[in-house]
Amino acid sequence: MKNYLRGILKKNEFYLFMIMVLMVIVMSAINPNFGTLENGFDILRGTTFIGICSMGFLVVLITGGTDISFTATATVAQYIMALLMVSNPNIPVVFVILVPMVIGAVLGSVNALLINRLKVPVIIITIAMLNTYYGAIQFFSEGEWLYNFPEWFADFPRILLITFKNEDGVAYGLTSLTAIWILVALVTSVLLRFTMLGRKIYALGGNQTAAGREGIHVNRIRIFAHSFLGLIAGIGAIVHAMVTQTAAPNAIVGQEFNAVAAVVLGGASIAGGGGSVLGTLLGVLLIATLKNGLTVMGVPAYWHQVFIGLTLVISISVTAIREKMAKKNAGGINVES
Amino acid sequence: MSEKTIELKNISKVYPGVRALDTINFEIGRGEVHCLVGQNGCGKSTLIKIMSGVEKPEPGAEIYINGELCKHLNSHISMSKGVQVIYQDLSLFSNLTVKENIAFRDNIRKKSLFVNWKEVDKIARKALELIDVDIDINAKVGTLSIAQQQLVEIAKALTGDLSLLILDEPTASLTGKEVRSLFRVITNLKNKGISILFVSHKLNEIFEIAEKVTVMRDGKIIGDFTPSELDHDRLVYLMTGMRELYKQPKPIGNDYEVVMEARNLSKNKNYKDISFKLKKGEILGITGLLGSGRTELALTLFGMNPYDSGELIFEGKAVKWTSNREACAAGVGYVPEDRLNCGLIMNQSIEDNLTITTIKSYLSRFGLINSGERLKALNTKVKELGIKFSMPEAAVKTLSGGNSQKVVLAKWLLVNPKVLILDEPTIGIDVIAKNSIHTLIKSLAENGMSIIMISDEVQEVLQNCHRILVMSKGRIVFEFTPDQITDKELLEKFNLA
Repeated sequence: MKNYLRGILKKNEFYLFMIMVLMVIVMSAINPNFGTLENGFDILRGTTFIGICSMGFLVVLITGGTDISFTATATVAQYIMALLMVSNPNIPVVFVILVPMVIGAVLGSVNALLINRLKVPVIIITIAMLNTYYGAIQFFSEGEWLYNFPEWFADFPRILLITFKNEDGVAYGLTSLTAIWILVALVTSVLLRFTMLGRKIYALGGNQTAAGREGIHVNRIRIFAHSFLGLIAGIGAIVHAMVTQTAAPNAIVGQEFNAVAAVVLGGASIAGGGGSVLGTLLGVLLIATLKNGLTVMGVPAYWHQVFIGLTLVISISVTAIREKMAKKNAGGINVES
Repeated sequence: MSEKTIELKNISKVYPGVRALDTINFEIGRGEVHCLVGQNGCGKSTLIKIMSGVEKPEPGAEIYINGELCKHLNSHISMSKGVQVIYQDLSLFSNLTVKENIAFRDNIRKKSLFVNWKEVDKIARKALELIDVDIDINAKVGTLSIAQQQLVEIAKALTGDLSLLILDEPTASLTGKEVRSLFRVITNLKNKGISILFVSHKLNEIFEIAEKVTVMRDGKIIGDFTPSELDHDRLVYLMTGMRELYKQPKPIGNDYEVVMEARNLSKNKNYKDISFKLKKGEILGITGLLGSGRTELALTLFGMNPYDSGELIFEGKAVKWTSNREACAAGVGYVPEDRLNCGLIMNQSIEDNLTITTIKSYLSRFGLINSGERLKALNTKVKELGIKFSMPEAAVKTLSGGNSQKVVLAKWLLVNPKVLILDEPTIGIDVIAKNSIHTLIKSLAENGMSIIMISDEVQEVLQNCHRILVMSKGRIVFEFTPDQITDKELLEKFNLA
């Protein structure tokens, strides 16, 4: 038991959790409105979209790649879904759910196919696709916002799975959308920890040459990872539309950094091969809590980015310093004899 | 069951323009520890590739594994028949745990969808038990030493059916203790009936562990020998076809001044109580196994690893350098052990690499480089050292090991140092280039340069140094001159140290 506890202390996730607890305590002290359960659920609801997308981004990052086109993928998926709903108000629910997921997976896989074929750095390809998808949707939509979705589309996000009532009698609690986020997180966790596919994803990120030698189909794994991110982005697109009850061509693109920051803060290595769902969840929550806290404290919105950036720098520095110290204390020659 | 684990008949391999292997007949017996020796480019890597199925031999070849004729061999088939290769750049996932690495191949073979972590645990423990090694199976492989990683790779190889284990230069980066450990594992495997083939050029290892030695030269097998039939000179003759002639360095007069002196230099976790005197024109050898503190000491003498206590006296003045720039300005040069990463900038041109230390001396009035001057300096040194290349603009990575090392040397010679520290100067270089570099070093010393040569090759140190220091665990344990000791005795001192 002692070793288990000591093991937890060493983990990155533990520190993140502690920092978050500290933040909540400090901010609640400054403004009591912050530390309420209602605010907590509010934070969850506000960050559900980024939370979902981060899961997909984590998987791609672990393979040693990156993909920032997912926001554009989500936009395209969302817009097409919205078009379908607006032109066919009686469209079966199944289609509304499946279409964005399939579109997302396909658009995501295009990235992988290009990466596998061309010898161009991954980041360049995904930037190119981001611009391609975004430009295309801007062009075809002519910037028009879509709304007036079927009633069930507006009702679903209002469903509360765990309900509380506040002093004014208004109900709040765990929304269905947040539940979807939790589901996505669980699926991702099982994928990464318990399936051979997930382990191959880690292996690829750890040592691509060795992965090839051990018989891992590197190209196929990559296609899976990027398709997975696309599919997850599609789910995120549905959730996003349910929250805003509109589909706007320019609403999602620009938020890539939030997912990247959350995943990196959560301990995933930029070079690939490392990262966990728990860490990413904590990263997302930390940033969301920070943002919410700053708002509640009256800090202007412009400063939020600065704070998040600083948090990221400090977190990465601390990790780097800890690794350096570990290397220094290990090794060396035992001269004492 | 067949007496021979692997039998190769009539193996040839032709690449465009070169016959890499020429009618090779080769066999390894069951449970035999076999060593493959030869210069760089003699064909040993190609032979291994053919055995492991990575390359196909020319038609007419016959390969028998465990008595079974294998008509179409590829890497998967050869692995399934029990042939496994452990490359120098290990095939491990540093971000995954030891147990996962060991069980990985097995899991892929089983084509399972889900991971059974309990099974993984079991497989890993069993494999490590087979080689009687104690490593934490939950540790991430990236945190292990190279020696431990190697043992993990060997354990991984044992999860399948293993008949022949091929090790490519396995001891290149191991300390003495770790080499002992590896040899124990090899003996263990041999007793289980597994054959071992390893490529090595370290004579002390060949004599210690090999039962049979095969010597290759120019794509042909020169012969199979037992270690008792060989000694260093015979081996070199077989590998190169030439008798190695060497001259001891010219002795130094007693009146020569002391250029560098160390008095009780100590640095925590690096070395302790180092004292020596280096005279002008002297070649001082420092030897000892990896992990004895030699490189750490060398870096201190070059200013990159400031000492904690003691004194360092250079040309009569006490110095405590904190950067290599200070040491270089004072007149010390350092040719690093890791040529590829620390000695050269691989993608840049030969010209750029050679003139990098003295670049400031070719600047014209406005700070622009005078390429004429630079080229002159380059050509002088190229002629002096006999460096072979296509053109000065070619990237240095296109050069052979010997030639690229000469570029590193040339770079430092342009600085005209008073003391030149050479850290494993001929590692990975074939015998002929080795000789050329040794002759150069001796002539530099004759012209007044003091040289510190660090090497763990016993022969190199005995043939080229005026005096030799042996280091172990951070201290100097022996000091003598080459005429006081034979190579066998020196090897024994290594083992005791």
